[in-house]
Amino acid sequence: MTNPAALRQSAEALSGALPPLLVAAEHLANSLLPGGHGRRRAGPGAEFWQFRPAHPGDGAMGIDWRRSARGDELFVRETEWQAARAVTLWVDSGAAMDFSGDKERPAKGARARLLALALGLVLLRGGERVGLAGADLPPRAGRAQAGLMAAALARAGGAAVEHGAIDLGAAPSGGHVVLFSDFLGDLAPVEAALAQASARAMRGILVQILDPVEEGFPYDGRTRFESMSGHLRFETLRAADLRAEYRQRLAARKDRLADLARHSGWHATTLHTDRAPAEGLLWLYQALGGGRR
Amino acid sequence: MTGLAAIGFATPWILWSALALPILWWILRAVPPAPVRRRFPGIALLLGLRDRDPESQRTPWWLLLLRITALAALIVALAGPVLNPSRALPGQGPLLVVMDASWASARDWPRRIERVARALDEAHRAGRLVALIPLTDPPAVPEFRDASAWRERLPGLAPRPWSPTTDLPEWVAEVPAGTETLWISDGLARDGRAGLLSALSALGPVSVFEAATPLLALAPAEWDGEAVSVTARRTGGAALDLTLLALGRDPAGIERVLARAPLAFADEATAATARLVLQPELRNRITRFEIEGQRGAGTVSLTDDSLSRRKVALLTVREGTESLALLSPLHYLREALSPSADLVESASLDDLLLSGPAVIVLADAPGMTEAETAALLRWVEGGGLLLRFAGPRLAGAGASTALGTTLAALAEDPLLPVRLRAGGRTVGGAMSWGDPRGLAPFAQSSPFAGLEVPTDVGIRAQVLAQPGPDLAQRTIAALEDGTPLVTRAARGAGQVVLFHVTANAEWSNLPLSGLFVDMLERLAVSTRTSIPDAGEMAGTLWQPEEVLDGFGELTRAGDRAAVAGENLAPLLAGQRGPGPDLPPGLYAGSAMRLAVNATSATTSLTPARWPAGTPVQTGSDQPETPLGGYLLALAAVALMADVLATLALGGRLLAAGLALFVLAAPQADAQGFDPRILEATRSVVLAAVASGDAQVDQVALAGLRGLSNALFARSSVEPASPMAVDIETDDLSLFPFLYWPVTDSSPIPSEAANARLNRYLRSGGMILFDTRDAETARLTGGLTGAGRQLQRIAAGLDIPPLEPLPADHVLTRTFYLLSDFPGRWQGGTIWVEAAPPDAERGEGMPFRNLNDGVTPVVLGANDWAAAWAVDAQGMPLLPVGRGTTGERQRELALRFGINLIMHVLSGNYKSDQVHVPALLERLGQ
Repeated sequence: MTNPAALRQSAEALSGALPPLLVAAEHLANSLLPGGHGRRRAGPGAEFWQFRPAHPGDGAMGIDWRRSARGDELFVRETEWQAARAVTLWVDSGAAMDFSGDKERPAKGARARLLALALGLVLLRGGERVGLAGADLPPRAGRAQAGLMAAALARAGGAAVEHGAIDLGAAPSGGHVVLFSDFLGDLAPVEAALAQASARAMRGILVQILDPVEEGFPYDGRTRFESMSGHLRFETLRAADLRAEYRQRLAARKDRLADLARHSGWHATTLHTDRAPAEGLLWLYQALGGGRR
Repeated sequence: MTGLAAIGFATPWILWSALALPILWWILRAVPPAPVRRRFPGIALLLGLRDRDPESQRTPWWLLLLRITALAALIVALAGPVLNPSRALPGQGPLLVVMDASWASARDWPRRIERVARALDEAHRAGRLVALIPLTDPPAVPEFRDASAWRERLPGLAPRPWSPTTDLPEWVAEVPAGTETLWISDGLARDGRAGLLSALSALGPVSVFEAATPLLALAPAEWDGEAVSVTARRTGGAALDLTLLALGRDPAGIERVLARAPLAFADEATAATARLVLQPELRNRITRFEIEGQRGAGTVSLTDDSLSRRKVALLTVREGTESLALLSPLHYLREALSPSADLVESASLDDLLLSGPAVIVLADAPGMTEAETAALLRWVEGGGLLLRFAGPRLAGAGASTALGTTLAALAEDPLLPVRLRAGGRTVGGAMSWGDPRGLAPFAQSSPFAGLEVPTDVGIRAQVLAQPGPDLAQRTIAALEDGTPLVTRAARGAGQVVLFHVTANAEWSNLPLSGLFVDMLERLAVSTRTSIPDAGEMAGTLWQPEEVLDGFGELTRAGDRAAVAGENLAPLLAGQRGPGPDLPPGLYAGSAMRLAVNATSATTSLTPARWPAGTPVQTGSDQPETPLGGYLLALAAVALMADVLATLALGGRLLAAGLALFVLAAPQADAQGFDPRILEATRSVVLAAVASGDAQVDQVALAGLRGLSNALFARSSVEPASPMAVDIETDDLSLFPFLYWPVTDSSPIPSEAANARLNRYLRSGGMILFDTRDAETARLTGGLTGAGRQLQRIAAGLDIPPLEPLPADHVLTRTFYLLSDFPGRWQGGTIWVEAAPPDAERGEGMPFRNLNDGVTPVVLGANDWAAAWAVDAQGMPLLPVGRGTTGERQRELALRFGINLIMHVLSGNYKSDQVHVPALLERLGQ
């Protein structure tokens, strides 16, 4: 957030009750109507799950007398287990995320923050606990958490480093983690974080946000490429010649991410900044729902 | 003058700067195009990649070549290149332009004028004085003036239809020494040419301009009694096919081509003859011959009377007795006239008059009825020549007139030039007292003037004219004693001539003499076939009627002075050619017309030979063309190409331009087929019509993708990925089903698109119109904007009467059993083609058999595509409803879609299935 307009937005985000990011995320989140968060198994919850024959030890309160009256057996009415989860969101705040291949398109970081906040709102509204990694916001439920998250996300960005570090220290073990990044930098920290998360029984999603330009590599001619932070330089005389190899490498990178995710029991997806954010949000929501349709 | 030799340079020293090009090459080669700086987060993936072509570390060779070309073109352009530079270096002193300007120059006169103009321009630039002398019309003194003055007079110059004089002209003496001469020659050898050339060479350098094209000349036509033959001559050359045109006036007086004949020159042949066999009427009308497409007096041959043969009518005497041929009064006339005239003989005057003769000869035929006399007189007064001969019967008739009534004698016979005395006289006979009388020499005023009077001609008998005041005037030939022998009188436009002797040898030996033929010729009874000799020409006057100009155009002579026969005679004899005093044309004498042509059969057509050392330009060299402009343009184009190429190398060329190339390339090799069409023919393809809203179109395509996936998974229909179609251009017949989301801004189809859509609907296609506003429609309860737009779209379509989807419609059971058809919204009314009013709700299903029972349109507002829509991963794109009920609604929407596609593809198959029990029952029997 370096330009004045953004700074003002940022200031308003800090002082106002509803930061713009929060408004956009609310708007986006409204497209999803979260239903019950059933776990598809019996447990504490409000929704009916199944009748099962009563076992010894079941309390009389648990017996569904209306069902039991139809026959000789006693049935217990079980409800679906609805448990709130702790979801930790992490958005890469590195300089690489400030890239946008087109003036019309939002930067990758902006899209990532929007998606993260929208997802957080949806989850919060569904009663989950949501936190923000790297911003000292451990997962909490409640409306107030949304405002804190929005403020923290609006502050993020503009880092001097190419890619931010994944800090999952605040994430509770056994929770869910959603990592938003372009994953174009060194994969070692990601692998380390994933290993750490797996060890702590966390599950989650790797969300790779890419600009279409990064997918297509539509460059040609003599070009000097520089990384967003300016640390890396690469010069080529005919950029078009590199296109195939670049795409190959990108595909390999995506495969690597998918592999990493699969081995850890995670999900991985690639979202593009030229697509509707609602699309990605729906996917994320479905994926977090545990594959439930 | 081939290849590089044809290019000259105005400032050749600039070309030395081309030596710097290799250095430039070296410098340019070392400096590759500047790179573009780009920020790119994916750089980590690029690290370690190598450029495939290490050569491109330097400037590519073709870019170098382009730049070097541009610079080289610039250098050459600045050096002022000229194509076909004129060899003549700017000389010194005054310039003398001598033009032959003869009939032979006319064929390519503009080129000569152009050459002279060029010379004048050059002289003007060099500030030289110029004198221009046409040899056919030379001035007395050469007039040295500024070139621009001559430039103005240049368009007025024209070739003359004669040749230059052979004598050394007087003006040569007036030309100052040191004069350079440009001789615009006509290419023919001529006697005086060498003398003039040496005289001019003595004064200064002489260069010659001469056209290399062969020269054509047309000789006068000849008549051999059967056909007219016209010979064309030329200086030489390859085989050539030309057409000879015979021109003349048609009966309406309009000049037109009367006949054509091929003139085929064999290779290297110098002469070709065309023969024309023509009817006399046609032949007489010919006034001149021309070679088609050729210009100039040399290729025009005027005809005079030598071609025309007059029609002479002879009234055969109604003789009761068979007499000897030699005694027939017409025998000698026939003999005299038949070589040069067409004879018509009949005993009936009416027949003769009908044949339209020029002359009617009455030999001793006095007995005319009054009607015949009147008709004959009318004919004479219309321009005819009535030629009468005396004889015993005419003499007798005169006697009877004289003896009869004096009143009748007083009344002059209009068909006789003079009144005749009865009887006549006989001289020199056995019973008479004198010798046969000879002829007196012809008077000057007589048409016979100049004819030699043979001494042996004697008149033994004749009829005598009544003396009268005008007898002497009417006498054109008389005997030695002054007795009129031939008398003539004008009658209207015509004349009546009477020979006072018989036409046979009975009264005189005149018909036996050559004089008789000459006299007939003079009277224009017959036309002469021979050219009159000098003796005959002496003392005659010839009035030019029409004259020929140098280009071969005939003009009225106007008031040109008449030409004496003495002057004309040597020309006719071929001793001289036409000249300023005797221009070619048509000369009319007293009784005949003579044609003087620019060229005769003997005119020399030898190509001119110039002494070695005389520079001779032929007209075939191209005019000089400055090339600097073209080269500058080339340099500019090359530099522009360099800009584009540099941009391309730097990757800065607009992606749009590249996209254009990419788009254009596949269209070129797909034989004009839209690749999408090929794609659509491979399998069932669902298609969405553009709604005018990109977001809606995207959702529609995603919806069709979801529906296609569901069909693929659940039914035997395996659609390919859906397409967006443009109803204005795409071929709709490939798509069985069109999904048409309608917004309030959807474009209205054009007339042509409406026609295509109607054809599509009639041939069994289905369109699902979706206004996507069931929710708002339910809320507002009225017609929405999209609904109104749908009405406008449907106005042009051939949509049958509709009804809300009945509960027993086949759509409810084509695949799934459905009673509700939700999309993203629920509850919108769905309209389908109405069942016929007489449809029975009995055992058979109440649907018409039209269009296979498939309703051509389905109208609804439930936004089905949104419910169907999936993304690339197959995940639903848009939320439907709430929670599981929403998922159920999405499922029902998909089921409706599947039912719809099944309905489209299998028609009323499910309707027919109700008959299966009945069919099975019948088969069982």
